[in-house]
Order: sequence, then structure tokens, then C-alpha cells
Amino acid sequence: MTNSISDKYKIDFTKLQANSNYLNKTRDLAMENFHHVGLPTARRGNEKWKYTNIAPIASTEFRLSEGSNVDPNNIRKQAFLDDSWINLIFVDGKFNSELSDDIDLDSISINVLSSLSQDQYISLDIETHLGSLINLSEEGFPALNTAFLSDGIIIFVPEGVKFEKLINIVFFNSGQQNVVSHPRVLLNVGLNSTLSVMESYVGGSGEVSFTNSVSEMILGKGSTLNHYRLLDESDTTYDVGYGRVKLDQDSKFLSKSFFKGASIGRYDLNVLIEGERGSCDLKGLYLTTGSQHMDNFINIDHVAPNGTSNLLYKGILDDKSRAVFGGTVMVRQTAQKTDSIQSDKNLLLSTDAEVDSKPSLYIYADDVKCAHGATAGNIDAETIFYMLSRGIDIELASKLLLYGFAGEVIDSIQLEELRDKFASYFLEALPDYKFEI
Amino acid sequence: MSSNIMLEVKNLVVSVEDNKILNGLNLKVNEGEIHAIMGPNGSGKSTLSNVIAGKPGYQVEEGEIIYQGENILELEPDIRARKGIFLAFQYPVELPGVRNWQFLKTSMDSIRKEMGLDEMKVREFDKIFEEKRQLVEMNPDLIKRSVNEGFSGGEKKRNEIMQLSLLNPKLALLDETDSGLDIDALRIVSEGVNEFKRPDNSILIVTHYQRILNYIKPDHVHVLVDGEIVKSGDHTLALELEDKGYEWIK
Repeated sequence: MTNSISDKYKIDFTKLQANSNYLNKTRDLAMENFHHVGLPTARRGNEKWKYTNIAPIASTEFRLSEGSNVDPNNIRKQAFLDDSWINLIFVDGKFNSELSDDIDLDSISINVLSSLSQDQYISLDIETHLGSLINLSEEGFPALNTAFLSDGIIIFVPEGVKFEKLINIVFFNSGQQNVVSHPRVLLNVGLNSTLSVMESYVGGSGEVSFTNSVSEMILGKGSTLNHYRLLDESDTTYDVGYGRVKLDQDSKFLSKSFFKGASIGRYDLNVLIEGERGSCDLKGLYLTTGSQHMDNFINIDHVAPNGTSNLLYKGILDDKSRAVFGGTVMVRQTAQKTDSIQSDKNLLLSTDAEVDSKPSLYIYADDVKCAHGATAGNIDAETIFYMLSRGIDIELASKLLLYGFAGEVIDSIQLEELRDKFASYFLEALPDYKFEI
Repeated sequence: MSSNIMLEVKNLVVSVEDNKILNGLNLKVNEGEIHAIMGPNGSGKSTLSNVIAGKPGYQVEEGEIIYQGENILELEPDIRARKGIFLAFQYPVELPGVRNWQFLKTSMDSIRKEMGLDEMKVREFDKIFEEKRQLVEMNPDLIKRSVNEGFSGGEKKRNEIMQLSLLNPKLALLDETDSGLDIDALRIVSEGVNEFKRPDNSILIVTHYQRILNYIKPDHVHVLVDGEIVKSGDHTLALELEDKGYEWIK
């Protein structure tokens, strides 16, 4: 069975030819791994994929884009762009320098993978960093991504740089039939530095397409990374993303993840707290409608002592949509004084909507403070009555309550202009729902 | 004192899941009057205020509730509120993510719309909002948060009275507003209510204990037992009840 899956990608794979020995070697190795591992199935015993069936992805023959003409206005309409940010635009996995802002900066090093020279591969020591947080022999999707490694963004922030501007990486899907792209991001934040990055996966059309991304984030001692992720593609797209994060001593990873569109979406986020007092704050908001399926699979691994992790995900589910939340916090024996809280809260607006929420906690240290929980339901009658008793009609009350529910995540966005954009965007996107009195 | 009738409850029979709670209750509240409904636990006090406000879950089997000349039994709770009925909750609800300011501005504008008025200007609303906040001595940081979220019991009750004062209804129903309040909070809440009181509005206080009536002096006191008003009198009835207990009435 694994044979047939890797065969589906063989034709495109054999056409790849890089100028870098490293790249050719890495791809070959990844393809070999992909051939063995294949794609995960929702078979019995496979807890990681228990609720998400990727058969539609496995059964489709996807191909790389041979180039696409896109109207820049179309990208502007679908992505969040702002003049005060550094906007980097990819179309179907390929960097578009004409649509992107200048990346030649003094304080930090922003590199486009496809334009790296053989010398740069060596001087930037790409080999050491790229792929260091993924395990090719265990995970099919990242192996496939690496087998087609050809474009993406690599950022190095040197020691002591507080970089204020948001780096806005837009992966635009032009929506060609059966096209796949394999976006790649590597963020390396140096000692005591700060970086803010948004990854947006947007676009799509009425045709089936597939985005298979991998982002690696390495945080040095005392550094902070503000990371935003938006998935808002059309309802015929499949989107699988891997986020891999490693925290050194006293570093902070602040993540906000938003989901609004894709036919099947999965974000697998793994945070390894390897340095003492490393902390992460992960917030997420998913809004599912129609027959969408969104799966958030999150692992936080506390290895070092005195770490904190704070996880809050919220979902609003309508129609026949389905959401999956799998959150695992692991507190190893070495991670004494860990402080961890995780919760996943869901509003089900339709009796046909379904959420499978499974937060879990494994504690092997004896001096820790941990809590977890999940809720799913509708707004209770007393709450609705309270609003009505103040003269607010049911339509307006529903809107305020829905927005209030989502607002907790949106309000946590530190960047004001981004927060404003997300606030109006999600308010607009909320279903026209009326709670029952 | 004006003799216009604000509220008239006629032969009201109400049940919840086949249990009869109110059993032919009659009550008349004129404009400018404060009435207190007292009674032991389970006598139907809260049911009365909830049914007047239109809370779902109650079956009205008989009788009428006439408010300003209109039978309101068929009206949705939000319409009753826009017509000037306000219920201060015994257990105010937390609204996560809904800010106090936004909630009350929306409420205020909904009520104004019913009266044919435009939305209130933000600056004007801010001014009144701040005035009322000071009236009930609410912490300004607290008020910036979500409605009642993280509020103590006393702060929730003060928030109810702040809303009452801000929205300025015709008929205020205070459901056990004194429960869970310490002496200072009780004084603040009572002052808020007294400040609200005018000759053209009315207040119905539902309470188990007499102590709030030391601060808010009722014109009439009614004793509710088993869903019926069994005794009515002036404010001295409350003192007598405090002295002798509800057993005395039964």
C-alpha cells in the first residue's frame, strides 16, 4: 500500500534537480522514508489519526504546479497584508519576488530557499538547522514535504535583536486542479531576540488541491517568538501542517492559530520545552461550517524544570462540520515545578456538528501544577435570558455571545493592527445563528 | 402620589413541570410605589419576578399580568425589557467575552430604539456609564472586563444595580438583591435603588429578610406563602415578621 502512495509522487520527484548536493541528498533520503512510512491511516490503534480520515488525500494523484498566473488583487483580497509589515508572497509553493517586499535587511537574515547558492547553504549552515526538529522515519507528511523541499523561508535572528515588524508569509493557493505545494519555514531566533511571524495559508478554488507544510521554530535562550497561523482556504482543499518548536532556557513561544477554511485541515503542533523556564502560550480558534473537518493535534513536551504551558483552543461548529482536538501535555521526570493548563471549549450550533476533544496529561514529575479540560455544548438558557432581560433581541444577543466566545482568542493578539483585522474578519465570518430562547 | 397603575397581577396561577408554584396571586402596584414581597423559601417569590420578566420555563395556567394597561404574558422577555421592565437577578449571569460597556450600550440602544430614539452618542454614554459606576462604587478595572466574569457575589449585585440605574426602567424587580451582601455592599446597593426611585416608576422587592427594608422603605409589604399572598400591610409588617418569623403568619 505504501508503494502506491509514493508512486503517485514519483513522476514529479524524478524531475527535481537542485544545485545543492545537500538538497539532492536530503530529498532522496526523505523520499526513501516516505516510501516506507507512507501516509497515516485512521486504522484501529493509530491514536494520532483516530478521528481524521485522510483517504481523500492518499487516493488523489497530486502534481506540482507548472507555474500560475495570479491576479495580485486576488491575493490582496484573501490575505491579510499591511504596509507596515514585511509581506512575503508564495504562489503554489513558489516564492514570488515581484509581489513580495524587500528582504534585504541589516538586522536579521531573511532567506528564500529557492534562491540560496551552494555557498550560502554552507555559510548559513542549513544542514544543521533545517529538518532538525522533524523525524522523517516516523511521519509521512513531513517526509513528503522534505522529498519535495525546494522553496520556503529561512530566517535567522542574531543575538539581541528585537525585531518589531511582523513578517507576514503568505502561501497563496491559486486553486489549480490536483496541485500540491510543500511550503517550508525555518525560524531561528537567537539569544535574547524577539521575532513576530505570521504564516497564512489562503486561496484555493472549486478544484481539489493540497498544501503540505512544515515549519520549524528554534528559540534560543531568552528569546521570544510571536507566531500566528491562519488557515483559510476554499472548501475543496486539503491542508496538513506541521509546526515543530524547540525552546531553550527562558524563551517564550506565543502562538495563535486560526482556522476558517479547508475541506480537511490538520495542524500538528509540537512544542519541546528543553530549556529551564521555557514557556509557551498556545491559543486557537476554529470556525467550521458545511462539511469541513478541522483537526488540531498538539503536543507539549516538558523536559526542563520550571516551565509553563498555557493552552486555550476554542471552536464554533456549525452545519455538519467536525472538529478534532487532541492535546497532550507530557511532564517528564526532569520537569519539576511545571505549571501547565490546557482547555478546549466548543460551541456546537447544529445538532449535526461534532467535536472529538481529547485533552490528555501525562505527569512523571511529582512537584507540578497541571490542569486540563474540555467542553462542548450550546449556550445555556439562563445566559440567553439574561441578555434578553436587558432588552437585547435574540439576533443581537446571539451575535454578542458568539463574538464574545471567539473574542477571548482574538483579544489575545498583541499586534494592534493585526488584532483589528482579525476582529472584523471573524465577526464578519460568524454564522448567522440564532440561539433558542 | 399618582394613582396610575403600573402593574396588576390578576389571579396568577403558574406551574413548573406540573408543580403549582403560584396559586391565584393578586397584586396591584401603583406608579411611585415600592412593594416588598416577603416569604419563606419556596413560597414562589422568585417565580413571581421571573414570570413578570418573561423567563421561559414557567407555565402560566391562569390569570393576567397587566403592565401599563397591557397584558404582557405573550410578549418575549426582550420586548418586556424594552417597554421598561427590569429584573435584577438573584444570581447574575457571567458573559465571557462580552464586555460590560458593549453589553450595556447595546442594551441602552435597544431600549432607546423602542422609544423611537437614536443610538446614544458614545461620549454621552461614557459619561453616564462613569456616573453610574461611581454611584455603586465599582472598580473601574473590573468594569472593563467581561460582564460579571471574575466578579465576587457582591460585585455582581452592584453591577445589577448599576445597570438598573443606567437603563432607568419603569418597573424594577429586585430578586433577592440583598442576599450574599455584607453591610457596606448592602448600603451601596440600597443607595443605588433609592437614587433610582422617582414618582413615575415602581419597585417590587422580593426578599426573604427584612434587613434591606431598613434602607429601602416600602409603601406596602406582602407576605407570600405557598403561592398566595396571605397578608399585606405597611412597612411595619416587615418588622413584625422579622420579630415573629414566618410561622406566625402560617
